Amino acid sequence: MKPAPFTYHRPVELDAALDLLGRLRDAGQHAKVLAGGQSLLPMLSMRLAEPAHVVDINALAGLDGVDVDAAGVRVGALVRHRGLERHAGAGAVLPLLRQALRQVAHPTIRNRGTSVGSLCHADPAAELPAVLALLGGAVVARSRRGERRIQAPDFFLGPLESALEPDELAVATQFHRPPPGTGTAFVEVARRHGDYAVCGVAAAVTVDEAGRVRAARAAYVSAGEGIGALDLGAAVAGAGVDVAAWADAGELARGLVATESDIHASAQYRSQLVAVLTARALQDAAAQAGLDSTSHASALDPAQGAR
Amino acid sequence: MTTADDPASGEQTLVVRLRVNGMWHEVRVPGRRLLSDALRHDLRLTGTHVGCEHGVCGACTVLLDGEPVRSCLLLAASADGHELTTVEGLAEPDGTLHPVQQAFVDCHGLQCGFCTPGFVMTIAAYLRENPDPDEDDALAACAGNLCRCTGYQNIKAAVLRAAELSRGTGR
Repeated sequence: MKPAPFTYHRPVELDAALDLLGRLRDAGQHAKVLAGGQSLLPMLSMRLAEPAHVVDINALAGLDGVDVDAAGVRVGALVRHRGLERHAGAGAVLPLLRQALRQVAHPTIRNRGTSVGSLCHADPAAELPAVLALLGGAVVARSRRGERRIQAPDFFLGPLESALEPDELAVATQFHRPPPGTGTAFVEVARRHGDYAVCGVAAAVTVDEAGRVRAARAAYVSAGEGIGALDLGAAVAGAGVDVAAWADAGELARGLVATESDIHASAQYRSQLVAVLTARALQDAAAQAGLDSTSHASALDPAQGAR
Repeated sequence: MTTADDPASGEQTLVVRLRVNGMWHEVRVPGRRLLSDALRHDLRLTGTHVGCEHGVCGACTVLLDGEPVRSCLLLAASADGHELTTVEGLAEPDGTLHPVQQAFVDCHGLQCGFCTPGFVMTIAAYLRENPDPDEDDALAACAGNLCRCTGYQNIKAAVLRAAELSRGTGR
């Protein structure tokens, strides 16, 4: 249970870090970036990962900012889960961030783990990838070659695989702000609070001025191998918020999400959770959308909202 | 941070400075040295216990710049220049126990004691921000720590007792 030997680097300038990653890539050397390390360290200790180099980015300046504007929330690579969870501005614009972050492991882990790092780890059992998939947005990747924005659908290639190249550093993530009249919710079932979810659902419902459902989407945690959002509008769009058939949307999701069995739950049980939790999350999100009646106005009035 | 290769193994070593319980220490360790091992093996501070070594059990919890973290999920090198508090640093210099430690005594919150340092550090940090927990809060506060013999009821009682003691002593 000890990591295999590696060469440790702690650059203090972003350019130096990018240069280092570039040189290691050119030399064919396997390197891992270390931010919070709450997933990487267990992988090193269990020797599931044996990189020749570990590039610790914790000494880099300027990566710990949370920026909130009309477009959404931008989160720097060194923002800890706990810092984002406590950020009042981010919570006001994107309540889903806080709803989801409270389910990320335990506070002790959230004190160290980073939100961007969780995205880069691309674990289908983690909460943040589902949030990014649902809200949409991008990961900002920087390398010696320049900067590129990788849109959420293109970022998650598969379980534990992101679109980052070996010489790229994810310096930030942008979470998009959903359209006015949108409510969000996050529900999950775990054996203990803070454990990996047996199944979790992030949901967003957009309601028009007349109280009818315009859009309903959901993204999943621990349900299968994929990371992405489902459009469930076919089951509920056009219906009034109070009478919409959320259970039908849940059944629609059950048919669309390919669940798997593992030691914690059978695929069948997971599918049941997909259906039930989807209905529950959509209903919660719709209730939030209903409460959010001011958002139609605030979107038009720049004096309101969290600018 | 200066680096040099270990003459025997050829492995890179680093000089890491850690401020532990108010005192600066300097250790030369390989990059892969976990903070938990640096505390226990290099600094001989064996109050921090190591259970699962992959972040599940919570026994190795210490405070990094005042916030609880798993010391098995940090490299010692990453903690270079930072302030750490271990269970050895909780009591007063005259030996007066920290309210959380006293509460564990009062409520029989420990039996074998293996998980205790992690619980104590986690709860001490929790109560600083949540001085008035109810029973559910007290259980949730400990949800990230595993105990295999005492049972959680007495530990939960210790959380509530520690809150009482803290309010009484103003700490």
